[in-house]
Amino acid sequence: MTVNDFTGLYIFMLAAFAGWVIIGNVPAILHTPLMSGSNFVHGIVVVGGIFALLNATNALEQAVGFTAVLLGAGNAAGGYAVTVRMLAMFKSSDAKPQHHKHARAHAHHLKKA
Amino acid sequence: MLITIAQGAIGATGFAAAFLFMYGLKRMSSPATAASGIRVAGIGMLIAVLASFFYAFDVNAAARPLIAMNLALAVVALAVGGSIAWWVGKTVKMTAMPQMVAIYNGMGGGAAGAIAAVELFGNGAHGLTQLVVTLLGALIGAISLSGSLIAWAKLDSILKKPLQFRGQQAINAVVAIVMVAVGALIVVAGTGGPALVLPLPGLIALFFGLALLLGILATLPIGGADMPVVISIYNACTGIAVGFEGYVLQNPALMIAGMVVGAAGTLLTLLMAKAMNRSVTSVLFKTFGPGKKQKHGAIAGAEKPIGAGDAAIYMRYAQSVIIVPGYGLAVSQGQQKLYDFVKLLVTAGVKVRFAIHPVAGRMPGQMDVLLAEAGVPYDMIFQLADINEDFATTDVALVIGANDVVNPAARTDKSSPIYGMPILNVDLAKRAYVVKRGQGKGYAGIVNGLFYAPNTEMVYGDAAAVLSQMIEAVRGLGAAAA
Repeated sequence: MTVNDFTGLYIFMLAAFAGWVIIGNVPAILHTPLMSGSNFVHGIVVVGGIFALLNATNALEQAVGFTAVLLGAGNAAGGYAVTVRMLAMFKSSDAKPQHHKHARAHAHHLKKA
Repeated sequence: MLITIAQGAIGATGFAAAFLFMYGLKRMSSPATAASGIRVAGIGMLIAVLASFFYAFDVNAAARPLIAMNLALAVVALAVGGSIAWWVGKTVKMTAMPQMVAIYNGMGGGAAGAIAAVELFGNGAHGLTQLVVTLLGALIGAISLSGSLIAWAKLDSILKKPLQFRGQQAINAVVAIVMVAVGALIVVAGTGGPALVLPLPGLIALFFGLALLLGILATLPIGGADMPVVISIYNACTGIAVGFEGYVLQNPALMIAGMVVGAAGTLLTLLMAKAMNRSVTSVLFKTFGPGKKQKHGAIAGAEKPIGAGDAAIYMRYAQSVIIVPGYGLAVSQGQQKLYDFVKLLVTAGVKVRFAIHPVAGRMPGQMDVLLAEAGVPYDMIFQLADINEDFATTDVALVIGANDVVNPAARTDKSSPIYGMPILNVDLAKRAYVVKRGQGKGYAGIVNGLFYAPNTEMVYGDAAAVLSQMIEAVRGLGAAAA
């Protein structure tokens, strides 16, 4: 697939609008997970790193390409791990999470002691 | 034939990934669906990464003899980088989230910069447009890498104080101008002209060195409370750098993902700056606080201390309490104790709500995450615009480790450096308790009139320790009543 200069501009323009609109609807309470989630999304750069590394023709390019994949993989994996962890914590009052029961049992225990 | 299949697979999975990213981010706009949203995006990432190995069938002629080694290197890099970051991400404390986001973001910027370096060293960028876009991606990615590392060091308290000195702006400007000049020389040499001053690889290395230096210099003077803006900016920067490198590599998935994040980060940056009533340029280029100290004598009255237990008992018999958490709560790791205390109040029939200022903490939404970690349901948490009117009718406002975001000077004192910043109207509550480590000023070094107000009492001590005493006091009441 080839992307010429103007197609590229169109893609950039539409993607920027889409990002602006989608993110504009995210409530402030989710700003941290949103930030780490979008942080995860740009981890797609690892794909570009793999392309560059596979096309490397000398030691210098291999070293730099290796760095690109290493960092990109860290970006994607780390961004995903922290985002999932954070989002798992957001609960409403209706969905009584186990966490509450633990805390209550703990409090009960303390009272007895 | 094989090449066609490989290209088709990469194209199709790239398209699928772009769709799943957008759909996943869309699902992240509500707390109820957000957890599934990130999983959707994760699937997109997984298939795109797996399919990228099809590039092996389509490498340039010069790289063909090295393909086995390059493939092995790619697998090792993926496994090492991915598993270390995964493990750290799974085990790090929730209070350390801002620095984690900063470091992962820096890694993305570094990856984009490294891809640009491979393209530049290997003459992979053809023609003026490609060359300029590669350089822009290199520049933004490298600044994002070194800037995020400095931000990480600041958030992790490795770097304690903002480093400010005379002529800082001038030095940054000189570095930036030299960098642009070196970039221009690279474009001249890369489009068939002579390599001036240095041979081409030397120019490229110098360009990266200057960009990294600029990221460091630009971030060093910025203080802790401005970090929400800084993290947002670098998030946007990495996105844009990834988008640019996607253009150079002719990969629309990278272009779309990068630009979506670029737009998202820009939007968040503007929101954060607005919440601080400062322009983005003033966060980046102006020093804040120390230069504009207020006279202490301007405020009448004295700080009135109260014991944690007395304050707790007063709240136990109040009708309604609004709690304003700040960075001090995160520092003392008191979020779990806070929710334990809140549960006692709720059981006693008190209406308790949390009020969050947009820039409380060190990154956008950090307080929301801390409260969620402690188990606070998100329908008890309110943002500034939704709760600010209710302070006037609430019995008690309890401020824990927050200062500048509740300073009434922002509303009343035109000479104050934070004048005009939206604040939580704690001073309008019938009574305010402020939990604070000691007598002192906030990050901005501004006197807070709230602490001297007739209806305010101060509870001195570490937030977690104070909350333990508050829990004891209310439990003690329960035992006496029984």
